[in-house]
Parts: sequence; structure tokens; C-alpha cells
Amino acid sequence: MLTLIVRRLGLLVLVLFGLSILLFAWVRALPGDPARALLGEKATPAGIAEITARYGFDRPVWEQYLTYLGRLVRGDFGASINTGEPVLSTFAQRFPATIELSVAALLLAVVVGIPLGYLAARRRGGLLDNLAVGGSLLGVVVPVFFLAVLLKYVLSIWLGWFPTSGRQDARIDATHVTGFYVLDGLLTREWDASWDALLHLVLPALALGSIPLAIIVRITRASVLEVLSDDHVRTARAKGLARGVISRRHVLRNALLPVSTTLGLQAGALLSGAVLTETVFSINGIGSYLFDAVNQLDYPVLQGFILFIALVYALVNLLVDVSYGLIDPRVRVS
Amino acid sequence: MSQPLPETAAARRPLLEVEDLRVRFSRRGQPPTTAVDGVSFSVDAGEVVGLVGESGCGKSVTSLAVMGLLPERGTQVSGAVRFDGTDLLTLSPGRLAARRGKDLAMVFQDPMTSLNPVLTLGRQLTEVLKAHTDLDRAARRAEALDLLGRVGIPDPRRRLGEYPHQLSGGMRQRVLIAVALACSPRLIIADEPTTALDVTIQAQVLDLLTTLVRESGTAMVLITHDLGVVAGTCDRVNVLYAGRVVESASRHDLFARPRHRYTSGLLAAVPRVDAPEGSPLQPVPGSVRDRLEWDAGCAFLPRCGRGDDACRTGGILLAPTDADRARHAGRPGHPDHEARCVHPAGATT
Repeated sequence: MLTLIVRRLGLLVLVLFGLSILLFAWVRALPGDPARALLGEKATPAGIAEITARYGFDRPVWEQYLTYLGRLVRGDFGASINTGEPVLSTFAQRFPATIELSVAALLLAVVVGIPLGYLAARRRGGLLDNLAVGGSLLGVVVPVFFLAVLLKYVLSIWLGWFPTSGRQDARIDATHVTGFYVLDGLLTREWDASWDALLHLVLPALALGSIPLAIIVRITRASVLEVLSDDHVRTARAKGLARGVISRRHVLRNALLPVSTTLGLQAGALLSGAVLTETVFSINGIGSYLFDAVNQLDYPVLQGFILFIALVYALVNLLVDVSYGLIDPRVRVS
Repeated sequence: MSQPLPETAAARRPLLEVEDLRVRFSRRGQPPTTAVDGVSFSVDAGEVVGLVGESGCGKSVTSLAVMGLLPERGTQVSGAVRFDGTDLLTLSPGRLAARRGKDLAMVFQDPMTSLNPVLTLGRQLTEVLKAHTDLDRAARRAEALDLLGRVGIPDPRRRLGEYPHQLSGGMRQRVLIAVALACSPRLIIADEPTTALDVTIQAQVLDLLTTLVRESGTAMVLITHDLGVVAGTCDRVNVLYAGRVVESASRHDLFARPRHRYTSGLLAAVPRVDAPEGSPLQPVPGSVRDRLEWDAGCAFLPRCGRGDDACRTGGILLAPTDADRARHAGRPGHPDHEARCVHPAGATT
């Protein structure tokens, strides 16, 4: 298992290295002068000269790349063209909001999706099954931003059940330790702050979690159906085990293998969905930062973001592989 | 002398009595299929009884019906499966589960898929003990070790913590036999227990199974398509064809004097080492699909060389042949060799 982790981490370094070349080439491959491309319509001769000097566009390409790589290794992702703020510190500041949202969405998807998928499979063809299958189809086809807007208008603006935007009521004087507001409230025993942050989280998490939820319901259902017809489940029944023991130990556990794989793949989709959700609910996370960066072609931010996402994605999938090894002894590397 | 000694009902009662068992599968949009069409047989305590037949004759479905392991949906089961006097078909799922694994256990055909790949062998052995005994954790573990030793698995202490994929097929089947024996059941149903194994270890595993069964006095229903397996292990044999028992006899009688034309065909089809070199195999012609409905006559008729119009009446009974009645004359009771055949083989002997 340890060998697996070390090997995967080594592979991760290689992937990031390759990605840095691609990202470097991406900016250089833009038609015309890279400095002009970076500045876009606002380009002035003075601005171009300044950018050229700052980024070293007049140096040889390999030297430029090495400089770029050297900065990356030291954690210097450059500064935003729009705000002049260092990319990394902005990330650090905004990342907790995105993580909190994504974890909430994924948690919702797992906690609701797995039991729902399981029950649908056990009552195949029943009302619950049809509802789950139909509902999950709806969950996949309805775009995240549409669902986000819909939830916001119906449940918060119209019915007033949930706050419309932001992460916490501005009137609450909350202490922020980790940047995860719900957790902060629990750590500092400011229960009202925690509760308020949780209420703010409900609608964005519902919107963002809809697609992973739908996918998890479907995968779990299909997987449970398959395991139910496996020979070893018949053996378990022949042993005269209690129904609950068979369900938990012999059906669900085996059925979770494909589900955990899907979870890893969902992590990527989740981050792109977070961009839309954060924009609709005015949450200051990575997503809305990126939204602005794309609009304004803020290349250092985009480059940094892509590297960062690749890192997160790879780490999440490593985590999934490790969990896979914990569930299924056959994939463990001795 | 002419009357059998009076015996108590309990002593005379067979351990397992399957009576007129019928299993129909129905699927939406398809005509229902009858897999088992009135099977009756019985097993006495400690007896090893064979159910023999080719693929599709209903032998596996019969065993699953006895165990109550058929899928609930789209399955109709009728008849009676009396185990020690209780009709298992009338028990609630919970009460049946309480007896499965404890009073009657099963060994399945494919050891490669019949163990859960993500649980340790120890867990898969001890969970059946946990379900049916009061043993504590340590005692269950000790019992599991003992069981693995009894089925001939080397280094059982290490194996307890291992997973199925770390064992060969033969070893896995030994584990499954250990699971079946764990609670000292009174009946074991073994459904083609060696079919999926390498030819070289089939005999080992079969020997192990029969030895353990004989030692512990457990009765066994052995389901097989292999007459060689029957010859080596069974006390009694029931030959199944198209969902019904067509012949029932002691092992000796069946091999010495097969009565039903299907049985005699099967025996003639077994290749012999002492046959002249180059002599052709003699398969039973046709396939199971060429069959008559039992209500219209003998299902085997389309493949039978001896059949005539007399075989085209429904309700042919499983009964002793005239020849066997003659052999039995002067002894108490009925002959225990029965065949469902209008023109039985060896009618003149």
C-alpha cells in the first residue's frame, strides 16, 4: 500500500511537470506578441514594454521556461494581471469557501445517494426505484446554474427559507480560524455563526451536489443489482445470515467499489460546477475568482488554477485508490 | 417373518422428503417455463443420495428450492419439502434462514465466485458460527482453525487472515466445505461440488467431502452429471430427466440393472478403457430440448430407441418394474428400485 502511494506521488510530480510545459507553451502559443496577448485590448506600448521586461519575453524560450518552473517550485504562481495580487495568496484566501462548498455537496451526494441507490435496487421496479431513476436523470440533465438560480428564487427569495447569497450574515461577528465557516463556529463555540453558515451552505450545496447525487444514485443502484446476483451473496444466504448482515457485509460493501471510483471522477466536475454555483450565490471562492479571470483573460491566474486543480484532482484520486485498496484486497499491492 | 417389525414413526421418517416439487419461472412477456415438474425423493439420516442428470434437467433448481434460495420474484414453487417433518416451503423467510447453515447447508458449484472476494476467509467462516451458535469470538476463531485443519488446508492460522484470491480453486472449495460443515448440519446439499475444479484435484475434494460427511454422520444430496462420481460415493441414486425423477435405485442396482431407457443410455455412453481401440462413443442421441410434455407421455420418447405409442400417454408412474418385483418376491416391503418407463430395460431378467 505504501509503495502504491509513493509511486503515485512520483507520478503526480511527473504529471505536474508535463502540465507546466503545456501551460507555459499555451501562453507562448498565443498569436502575436505574448505581452500584447496578456494585456488584450488595453495594450499600450508602455504596458507591453513593461510586461515584456517583467516576464522576460525577450529572453530565450528555454530560459523563460526554467525561470517559470523555478518560480513554480518556490510557490510563486505570479500575480494577477487585473488586481496585481499574488495568485497564490488569493487562492489561499478563497480556497476554504470552495472546499467547504464542495465537501458539503459531495457529502450530500454520498449520504443521500448511496442509501437511495441501494433501496432502489432492492425494490427494483417499485415506486421508489422509478422515482430514483427518473429523478437522477433529471439531476443530470438540469444544468447546475439553472438549478442554482431556480433554488435561489423559489426557496430563498420567494419562500424566504434560506439566505440568498454569501457565506454568512454580515451582522454576525464571527471569528474565523480555518476559513471553513461552519467548522470555525464549532471550534470557537459560536453556535449561531456555525448555524448561519450552514444555512447559507444548503442551497449552493444542493445545486452543486445535484449531479454527483444523480450519478451516485445510478451507479449504486446498478452496482447493487449486480452484486445481488453474485454467487457469493447466494452463499451468504445459504449460511442463514441475518438479512441486515447480508445487506451490509456482503452486498453494500462490494457494491461500493465502483461508487468510490466515480467519486474521484466527480471531484473534477465538482470544481467546474463550483464556479457556476459560487457565481449565482455570490460566494467568494475560487470559482468566482476564476470566473473573473476567464472573462478578463487573466493568464497567470488561469495557469495557476489549472495546475492547482490538477494537483487537487490527482490527490483526490489517489485518496480514492487508497480507499479502493482498503475495501478490495485484490487491488492491494503487497 | 413375513411382516416387517413395527417401527416408530419417527425412526422410519426420512430426514428429507421432497414430494411432488414443482418450480415454474415466469417472466413478463415470456411463457412460463417449468424447471422442476413433480420431483419426489427422500434422504434418510446419514445417507448419501445422488441426483443425476444432464444440464437443464432441474437438478440445481431442485436443490435451490430445497434450500429456499430461489429468487422470490417470478418463481412459483409447489409441493412439499419436509425436513425432519417440517415443510420448509411453508416456513417464513426468517425461520428458514435460521435453519439454513445450521440444519441444512450447501456446497456450491463454483468456488471461484462463491466466496466474497473482499472478506477474509476467517470472517467468512466465523460469521456462520456467529449466526447459529453461542460461541464467543475466541471460540469461533478456534473452531474456524479446527475446521480449516479438517478440510486439509495447510497453515490454517495464516489462512484465516487471507482473502479468497490468495487461494487456488481446490483450496477455496475446501473452505466452502468447511463453511458448510461449520454448524454440524444434518444435511448437506452439494451441487456439482467438483465440476469447476481441475480434473487432477476433483477426486481429492470429492474424497474429502464424502469422508467428512460419513465421519460426521451427515446426510448428503450430491448433485452431479457425472456417473463416475455417483459410482464412488452414493448410497442411492435418483436420475432426473426433464424435471422429473425417471429412476430411483440403490447405487448397485442402478449400475447393474438400469431400467429406464435414459439411464441405460447414459451408462452405455460412458467411455470404457477396455473397449476395442477406435470404437466410437455412444452418446444418447438428440438433446434435452427434444422433449414431450410429461402430460403427453414420456419426455424422453423423442430420444428413445425403444419407445412406441404406449409411451404417448400421460401419467406414467415411477414404480418398480415387473422384473424387480419378481426379484423381490418373498421379501418384505416393496422393491426399492423404481423406474418411470413403459418398456424398461432388462424386462426379462
